[in-house]
Amino acid sequence: MDMSNPVKTASSLPLLSLESLPQRQCATVSAIDWAHLSTPEARRLRELGFDEGVGVEVLHRASLGKGPIACRIGRMTVALRRAVAGAVLVSPVTR
Amino acid sequence: MPPVPGAAPLVALVGNPNAGKSALFNALTGARQKVGNYPGVTVERHSGKLALPDGRIVELVDLPGAYSLEPSSPDERVTRDFVTGTQVGERLPDALVVVVDASNLDNHLRFTLQLIALGLPVVVALNMFDLAERDGLTLDPARLSTELGVPVVATVAVRRRGLDELKAKLGTIIDEGAAIRLRPSNGTIGEDIVTLQRRARKIAAAATVSEAPVRRWTHALDSVALHPIFGLMLLFAILFVMFQAVFYAGADPADAIAAGFDWLSAQVKGAMPDSVLRSLITDGIIAGVGAVVKFLPQILIMFFFILVLEASGYMVRAAFLMDRVMASVGLSGRAFIPLLSSFACAVPGIMSTRTIEDEKDRLTTILVAPLMTCSARLPVYTLVIGALIPNTKVLPFVGLQGLVMLGLYIMGVVGAFVVALVLRRTVTKGASSGFMMEMPKYQLPRARDLALGLWSRAEIFLKRAGTTIAFTTIVLWALLSFPKPPEGSPVSAVNYSVAGRIANGIEPAFRPIGFNRDIVLALIPAMAAREVAVAALGTVYAIDTAGDKDEAKMAQTLHARWSLPTALAFLMWFVFAPQCISTIAVTRRETNGWKWPAFMVGYLFALAYIAAGAVYWAAIGLGL
Repeated sequence: MDMSNPVKTASSLPLLSLESLPQRQCATVSAIDWAHLSTPEARRLRELGFDEGVGVEVLHRASLGKGPIACRIGRMTVALRRAVAGAVLVSPVTR
Repeated sequence: MPPVPGAAPLVALVGNPNAGKSALFNALTGARQKVGNYPGVTVERHSGKLALPDGRIVELVDLPGAYSLEPSSPDERVTRDFVTGTQVGERLPDALVVVVDASNLDNHLRFTLQLIALGLPVVVALNMFDLAERDGLTLDPARLSTELGVPVVATVAVRRRGLDELKAKLGTIIDEGAAIRLRPSNGTIGEDIVTLQRRARKIAAAATVSEAPVRRWTHALDSVALHPIFGLMLLFAILFVMFQAVFYAGADPADAIAAGFDWLSAQVKGAMPDSVLRSLITDGIIAGVGAVVKFLPQILIMFFFILVLEASGYMVRAAFLMDRVMASVGLSGRAFIPLLSSFACAVPGIMSTRTIEDEKDRLTTILVAPLMTCSARLPVYTLVIGALIPNTKVLPFVGLQGLVMLGLYIMGVVGAFVVALVLRRTVTKGASSGFMMEMPKYQLPRARDLALGLWSRAEIFLKRAGTTIAFTTIVLWALLSFPKPPEGSPVSAVNYSVAGRIANGIEPAFRPIGFNRDIVLALIPAMAAREVAVAALGTVYAIDTAGDKDEAKMAQTLHARWSLPTALAFLMWFVFAPQCISTIAVTRRETNGWKWPAFMVGYLFALAYIAAGAVYWAAIGLGL
């Protein structure tokens, strides 16, 4: 690993979904599995700024069972259900 | 050019949700606002007058927040149609004021680019500029203006900063727009949303001088508000305070209003000879209007809390915490607060479903809201339980009467959940957009915005719902008053009236569920409001229910005349039956037509009939 670069993508790691991304772990969106989303879901996700290459981080998970998650996308905080978060593939960024 | 009377330039205020658009609208127009409705949809049209620095008057319309010109809700459709000049009854605006949140440029600029591409004169209000600075963002409005090709003004709506400059720029672009002929655009943009988003991010990066990590403040609050344990505790504490306020602070003003109407009625009775006209004025109009106005204190208190929760940014957090529970019956977390509000009164509950974006979620929530046990059922429950359920202890500290009361509340909640589940698979079936929403920054609500919000709720309730309610109350009065029995008739006025005859006619249909004719007759005036059932039973049994002593007498009468299965069936009827004109009127208003209120009334009566019948026969079978 090249230690002179302060931010790098751990490309050797397999892709995670946003649903399984550990809390407070910074990542970038690497792909979105549009086939697993309904048309309104896909559109809303786009409109909220989900796009390849955008920085993302899981901030909170709701308590009751498999509740929704709150994540930072760009400079915005967005709440989404786990099924939708599962369709967002991310690669963790190490600082 | 001198201002032409009656043809003030039309300007639309448009932007993403959470851009501070309404605050800017309030700051620009002050109290000179009008709230109407767009034809055919339940979307409010907020408009106001604004004076430009040169004295010209402009009509400003606050459009619903939208993420793009591809609508995914009725609100967004109105916004799209308005800015493209295709909204029914509206002309193409002369200019657009595009509001963007300065700390969320990446996202808000995408919609801005779509709007600029429409070709209308545009000025961008770079709003909440102070919060962006607090967040460690340094922006360059001049650079943003160059990149976008339209004027950009930094504003802080809540502190009235930048408003004069915004108005001046607005005047300039209106003049420039008047020089060229505006043509309506079809609203389709050459670029797809992804390309636009990437362009927006590039422009945002260019206009950003420096940035620090995001919103520490909001994150710190969220780590409590969204915490699995503390978050729920906080939510329930807030709800506890809200309900205490509605029940206790709302009770005295409501009683005072009721007493005021009683006084008015007594004055009229004293001043006029007994006649049909006097009866119409006192028993029809004054009683009808009084029954509506009496709800106002509770509605205002409830909406005060709802508006504070909404404006502070907490409402989305509450929805986040409750989404899992609500999702289990096919609703979204957004339905939680409206349904909870319905425990006080379904009227504000149904009115507050406007915060639910998804139309089907919203409709389902409206349809099940009347199943939440509202406060108007309490007097009925108290009377019947007190009269017929023995006051015995099931366990130490657990009384049978209290247990029955709790059971009735639980029946309502379980009923609502089951009905929601069924509706979501049948009549309101369809792909839900789920629960996906922006969580806005926490903000201190502004007293002025709250006051304007409360005012508009009160106006909607009194004017729109009030007219329907007052009208139907007068119809009920007529049914109960005519025809008059002949002089010296042994039949009482109520029994001789149309309502009495209706009761005779429909009584056989209610016999299988244990209702006698007296009960059926009492149910007719109780259509106005559930608590009227107590007074109505009093009328039927010829007991004046004005004092406590008379209530005790009432309980004795019921005890003597009703069997236990009948009483239980009566209670079940009140759990489900839509005995409330106000709820039906508000549903009509919120769903824009008679179709859904008719469906709601139909299914609730069917449910009430089945439940009352089932309980009646079960009780008989058990030998109660």
